[in-house]
Parts: sequence; C-alpha cells; structure tokens
Amino acid sequence: MSKKIDAKIPEGSISEKWTKYRSTVPLVNPANKRSIEIIVVGTGLAGAAAAATLAEMGYKVKAFCFQDSPRRAHSIAAQGGINAAKNYQNDGDSVYRLFYDTIKGGDYRAREANVHRLAEVSGNIIDQCVAQGVPFAREYGGLLSNRSFGGTQVQRTFYAAGQTGQQLLLGAYSGLERQIGIGTVTMYSRHEMLEVVVIDGKARGIIARNLITGELERHFGHAVLLCTGGYGNVFYLSTNAMGSNVTAAWKAHKQGAYFGNPCFTQIHPTCIPVSGDHQSKLTLMSESLRNDGRIWVPKQKDDKRAANDIPEEERDYYLERRYPAFGNLVPRDIASRAAKERCDAGYGVGTSKMAVYLDYASAIERYGKIEANKKGIHNPSREEIIVMGKAVVKEKYGNLFDMYKQITGEDPYEVPMRIYPAVHYTMGGLWVDYNLMTSVPGLYALGEANFSDHGANRLGASALMQGLADGYFVIPYTIGSYLSGEIRTKAIPTDHPAFVEAENSVKERINKFLTIKGKQSPESFHKRLGKIMWDKCGMARNEKGLKEAIEEIRALKKEFWSDVRVMGDADEFNPELDKAGRVADFIELGELMCIDALNRNESCGGHFREEYQTEEGEAMRDDENYMYVAAWEYEGDSKWSLNKEPLVYENIKIAQRSYK
Amino acid sequence: MSEGNMNLTLKVWRQKNAKVNGSLETYQVNGISEDMSFLEMFDVLNERLVSDGKEPIAFDHDCREGICGMCSMYINGRPHGPLEAVTTCQLHMRSFKDGDTIVVEPWRATAFPVIKDLVVDRSAFDRIIASGGYISVNTGNAQDGNALPIPKEEADKAFAAAACIGCGACVAACKNASAMLFVSAKVSQLALLPQGQPEREERAIKMVAQMDAEGFGNCTNTGACAIECPKEISLENIARLNREYLGSSIASTVG
Repeated sequence: MSKKIDAKIPEGSISEKWTKYRSTVPLVNPANKRSIEIIVVGTGLAGAAAAATLAEMGYKVKAFCFQDSPRRAHSIAAQGGINAAKNYQNDGDSVYRLFYDTIKGGDYRAREANVHRLAEVSGNIIDQCVAQGVPFAREYGGLLSNRSFGGTQVQRTFYAAGQTGQQLLLGAYSGLERQIGIGTVTMYSRHEMLEVVVIDGKARGIIARNLITGELERHFGHAVLLCTGGYGNVFYLSTNAMGSNVTAAWKAHKQGAYFGNPCFTQIHPTCIPVSGDHQSKLTLMSESLRNDGRIWVPKQKDDKRAANDIPEEERDYYLERRYPAFGNLVPRDIASRAAKERCDAGYGVGTSKMAVYLDYASAIERYGKIEANKKGIHNPSREEIIVMGKAVVKEKYGNLFDMYKQITGEDPYEVPMRIYPAVHYTMGGLWVDYNLMTSVPGLYALGEANFSDHGANRLGASALMQGLADGYFVIPYTIGSYLSGEIRTKAIPTDHPAFVEAENSVKERINKFLTIKGKQSPESFHKRLGKIMWDKCGMARNEKGLKEAIEEIRALKKEFWSDVRVMGDADEFNPELDKAGRVADFIELGELMCIDALNRNESCGGHFREEYQTEEGEAMRDDENYMYVAAWEYEGDSKWSLNKEPLVYENIKIAQRSYK
Repeated sequence: MSEGNMNLTLKVWRQKNAKVNGSLETYQVNGISEDMSFLEMFDVLNERLVSDGKEPIAFDHDCREGICGMCSMYINGRPHGPLEAVTTCQLHMRSFKDGDTIVVEPWRATAFPVIKDLVVDRSAFDRIIASGGYISVNTGNAQDGNALPIPKEEADKAFAAAACIGCGACVAACKNASAMLFVSAKVSQLALLPQGQPEREERAIKMVAQMDAEGFGNCTNTGACAIECPKEISLENIARLNREYLGSSIASTVG
C-alpha cells in the first residue's frame, strides 16, 4: 500500500514561503542548545557548512568522515563554479529567473518550494564565502567575475579558476576547523558510518568504524545529518572519488528512510574518454569549457584524418546545428545524449571511436584579437594573435588543460580535446521534506545525498550552490522545528539495547565478509556491477534491458555473498574490508535504480527511456502519469514499495523543454 | 589482465602498523600499459596479490584527479615521483620505461607516523589549521560580496597560495621535515586579503606555535618543498610568513 507523503511545504506565495517560515520556525534557546548533540556524517560542502554553522549556534556537534581529513571530501574536485542570482552583470538575472532555470533544467521534476528557497539564499552563499576569504576570480576593478554555464542565458556563475569546489570546501573546512579548535565540534576522521541507530522511531545515533583500528564505536545524537554525497560510483567508472559511496544513505534507507528518484543520474558530457580496461575512474573537464570550446565531429563517417587536417566545412558542429539558441551551452543531459547519438551513428573520433572533439582553436583566435585590441596592436600577425589568445585561455582554464595533457599525453592548446560523457552526479537520493528531514524523524539528508532540488537533471554550478545552501542557510533554521521538541530528551547512554543490537549487526556483517573466503575481490564485483549499470541503466534505458539488469544484479548479489574474498582482519586498517561493504551496498542500490527506471515509463532529464522519445530524439515526458517523486520504501531483501509525492507547479508553466 | 608491454620491478615499503618495523618488499609487475596511471598500476598489482591470497598494499588515494591531496607516494626518492607539478594520481606510466625498478615509500616525517604500508597520519595539518588558519566569521554575518573590492593582482596571489592541497609533499621533500610551505601558504592567502587583516598577527604566531608543537622541523631555506609541490606553491610564501611572524612577534600581545 502506497503511503501518503507530506513534504511539509509551508503555506503562502512562493516568494514568501521561506521568509515567513524562517521567522516562525520554533527556536531552541541557547541554554538548551548546549545540551543538544548533533551528528554530522560527511564533511563536504553540505557537511562542513552544517557542522560549522550548528556549532557556531551553540549545539554540540560530532562530525565524521572516512577520509584522513575533512578537507578531502569530494566537493573539492568540483571545477567550474557556483551559481547565484546576484545580477552583478546587469543581464536580467533574478531570484525568479534562477528558480525558473533550475526547474526547467530539471525537466519539471523538482519541488518548487525547495528550488525557490535555493535561489533565494544563493546570494548569501557568495557573501559568506567572500567573508571567509575564498579567493573568487575578480575583474581588474576588484569586483567579482562571472561566467556562463549550460542551460542559462545569463552570467551568474562565480568561480575560482577551475578549482571552485576546492576553494569553497577549504572555506567551509576552515570554518569547521575553527570550531574544532574551539572545542564545539569533535572531529572523527577515518571513520565510516555503518549503521543508523533508531530508538522509538527516531534517529538517535550511529555506529561508526574507526578505519585505523577497526574498532566499532557507538555515538549518540539528538539528530543525525547525512551529508554523504552521491552514489555515482554504482557505475564503477564515474567522475566521483574512489571512496565516494552510498553506504551511509543505504543504511538509512534500510532503517526506513525513503529513497527518492534513484534512477535520476547525471551523465556529464565533457569527460576524458576511457582509455582501457585498467581504467579506475574518469576525469571531468569542466562544463565551463563549453563556454568557449566548440564541440564537433567529422561530417564523414569513420573519418581517419587527424582533427587539424579536417577542413572547417567538413566539420559538423552538431550542438550549434541542432540547438541554435543555446548551442554548445545546452544542459548536460542533452549534450550527453547528442554525443552518444553521433558516436553510435558512426561519427565518433579517437581510437575507440567513442569520443567527440572539444575545440579551442576559434576561442584562442577570438581572445587573441580582443587582446590585440586592448593593447592597441593594429594588424597583428596570426602568430601574435595565437600567442595572446593562448595566454588568455591559459588564465581561464590552464589547470584543466594541464590535467588533460597529463592524462592523455596530448596538448589541447594544439589539438582539440577528445571528450565523451561519463557518470558525474546523482539527482536522486534520500527523500527529504521541506525541512530536509527524511522519513525517519531526526534523520536528515543534505547536499547531493538528498533527492531534492535538481529534478531529473542538474544544471552546471548548481551542486555547489545546493550543498552550501543546505549546510549554511537551510538546516540551521529547519532543524529547530524538530529539536525544539527534543529539549527534554537527555542523552541516551550507548549501552541502550538499540545501540548494542546495531553494533552486533554491523559486527556480524563484517565477520561474514571475512569468512566467505571466496575467490573474487570486491573490486572485481564492483567492475561487473558497473558494466551492467552502464550498459542497461546508463544514458539510454529500455524495458527489456532493465529487466535483464535486475536479474543479472540479483545473480551478482548471490555470487558476491558466496564468493567474495576479503583479505586482512577486522581489527586493523583494511581498505579491502571497507570496499567490500561499499560494493555490497552498491549492488542492492543498483537493483533499486533499475526498478525505478523501469517504473518510470517516460523520458525526463537524465532518465532517457528509448521507448519514450519525440521524432527528433528528444526526451518525452508523461506529466499526466509521472509528475511525482518516486519515494521507495524498503520492505526487505529485494522488496520495495512505491510511495508517490505529487509535484505541484503553481508558479511555473509546464512546457516541453526546448533549447532550440 | 595485461594491456601493455611494460615490465617493472617494484620495491614497496610494507609495514603492518605503527607498532612494528617495516621493510621494502620486491614485486614484479608485467603487462603494464603506458596509459595507466601510477595508482592504476598499483591496482593491477593489488588485484594480483589478492588472487594469490596475499594482503594488498595499503595506500591513500581518493579523487584521482590531483585535487583532494590524499595520494602520497614517495617514488624513487621524490614525493609524487619524477614529474614537477603533478600528484601521484596524475602520474602516468608513460613517465617510466620498460625494465625500470621503482622504489615506493611512504612520506617520512616524525609528525606523519605510518599507519600501514604507504599510508601515513597527516592529522597534524588539520590541527595547524584549527589553531588559526581561518577568518573568524560566523554564518550569516557577511556583507555583500562586492562591497569590498580586492585588486585583481592581490586576489590572484591569494588564490595561488590557496591552491595548496595539503598533501604533505613539502614535508616529505624537506630534509628537516619542515611544514613551512604548508603553513606559509595559508598564512599568505589570508594575509593578502583585506578580510584576513583583523586576525593577521595572531594567526601567524598561533599557526607557527602549533607547527612546532606537532614536531615538524625548522626551515633552512633549501627550497626542495617548492620544487616538489604538486601545486607549485612558491617560496615567496615562506618569506612572507617570516615577515608576518617577525612583525607579529614584535607587535603582538599574544606572543
């Protein structure tokens, strides 16, 4: 039986909901805050921002990360930028426009109230980061610089070269370290959360494993915040860090938290193509490169000429051809599918033929001419133009060009880059209400770990915005509505039977991994899972493939639990054991993703079902039947029930998404 | 599994944990492709060790795109290996030749104790940041981002210092295991920005005190740190830190 879902969206007009709610949400007085403990799992943008802010407010915070330092969370790798509706460029931006672009970019599958709130606080994020000393790119006049990103027609993206995520995270990390230094946050690095402890229906703590000693620890909290990122690594190859995993979110799911839209994954169009079977991860080339780079393939099938030998008239700039209004800046899902379409049709380039060109030659020339004008050089030679143009490109994208050269051995200043789509981000995640609370009271999910703001496709430079919005500006207010009712709850001793039982179940599972003593490594299972997911639940999906995938994953799960080989012991530093636990959870998640993709008989955003497309090959939504969030409830091994949260659009007119 | 034709001899530091002594073990790895990253070559070796029923080599790594700062191998006597401005994870096998012998050790420094094999404990860096590597601004107190224009040149310098990934190669490269490059990068970033001014003096003194307390050595201006730094953090930062520290020691009420 499907349950009724209450997203707890406040009453009132869209532009007043958040302001009003924020001013009326119950507060916890300072004296009570001191005795309330909050557990924050994960220290990326959402986690570090939340932990620091809640500690500043007076709560007692415990923060956990599996890396050796909170500064290493994968937010650090975000390259291109962060959106904010500042309208510093005077190009017509506004809170409403950012709200509108995000809903449309998400192909009308995100919750209006959440997205509007996100747009409202976006400006505060920039202010906060500047105050922390985040060195954003600036113009010569000393003011902040902006660039454009896919899916929008304004320049609202703030950036720090190609290292925006790093600089934002180091800002949040410094705030977190400040609180650690003061003693208001206790930091547990190299710790992995392995269970949520639920007492009388409320989240009351976690079981964490000290990854150095192997010791299992019990931690109490009045509330538990999961800021544990996305699950793109279910595909094995993705742009995520090697350690990124779904384990914390999956444990929460099995304890009753609904999983929202698990099949909504983002395949990013501009990544360095796979070079061989040894490949362990894929590297993103920032979407900001699509600002200036032009994407093309040869007009002739299976053209064997080198890129620079193919004359202009024999190149097909297919994005500019198909989508003249947005050109190379169409949203990611559209750019990715278009690349796949060209390669599948036989126009791909490179040795694998599974790549397209991203060309900077015309940008270098354009910037060179602008520089010549700025410097008052009349009639510059072509060589001079190229030298000056390369210098400009180097300043804007230098670190990305260096990275490309380092990985491929080719110089992108001289030859076009080869790119192909890769798994990058997951819009799906734990279902949360307007307060960011999951369906388990006291258990919250922030940032990429929740499903909330990006619908079926995330626009570039929106992930950093959402992570920091949730951590700095949303949870500090919304958590009050729950904690104000918990001021009488004393810290529950960790010898409570629920803690003992949770720890025992974790212990049993670890013991199981170590005693199967099969023949195959966790890594090899992960690779096989990834292949199933990519082939059958990747950029294009269909009923037959998804049904096969579900069967294959079930068989893989059985094989895993009878033939995995985990070396080493439980009471030591043991990355193989960590990996085994994560892969086991990915396998279960993979099954649910396929079930969700099979259930959603429409195409929307990053979810493309081959059966549902327009004549031109664009995604065809079914608003009548699928305008809802699929919130899956765990009911036992390979069993789920579907709860639906209907999406209501009161402020935006639903339309077929068009970027032509 | 073999994809290429490079055959290599690896000598890798193996150490069960912090309490026991370690030693170099020799491994033969064959069929390596030059397109593999150095860590992917380790993946191949580890898969083989597991299938032989032996314990794989523990090493730190995460993003594998040169930005998280987690990877940390001391390769043929150089932190992050033979190339400049490149982390271990971005080092590719095309930088080696068929038949090479490669020696791989962990970072070696008193302040970075070995946890296992090639994994060390770098939490001392976090404690240094916690001692003062921040601007004390609570969430919600910020003025408009453009209220305070910052000259592009200063902002660019601050950014260059802020590019530090906290990997610890500077410490590993230094014969004194000094953390001056790391500390100076953060002190410089914040000293160059107007937002960092109110706590400027206090910051330099506190961070240096914490660095000393952690057991890092002193700086003797050898400059190996800046050469080995994968993010090319400049020695100018150390000069700036020295000025900051001296100025603060004279002026400050903290010291």
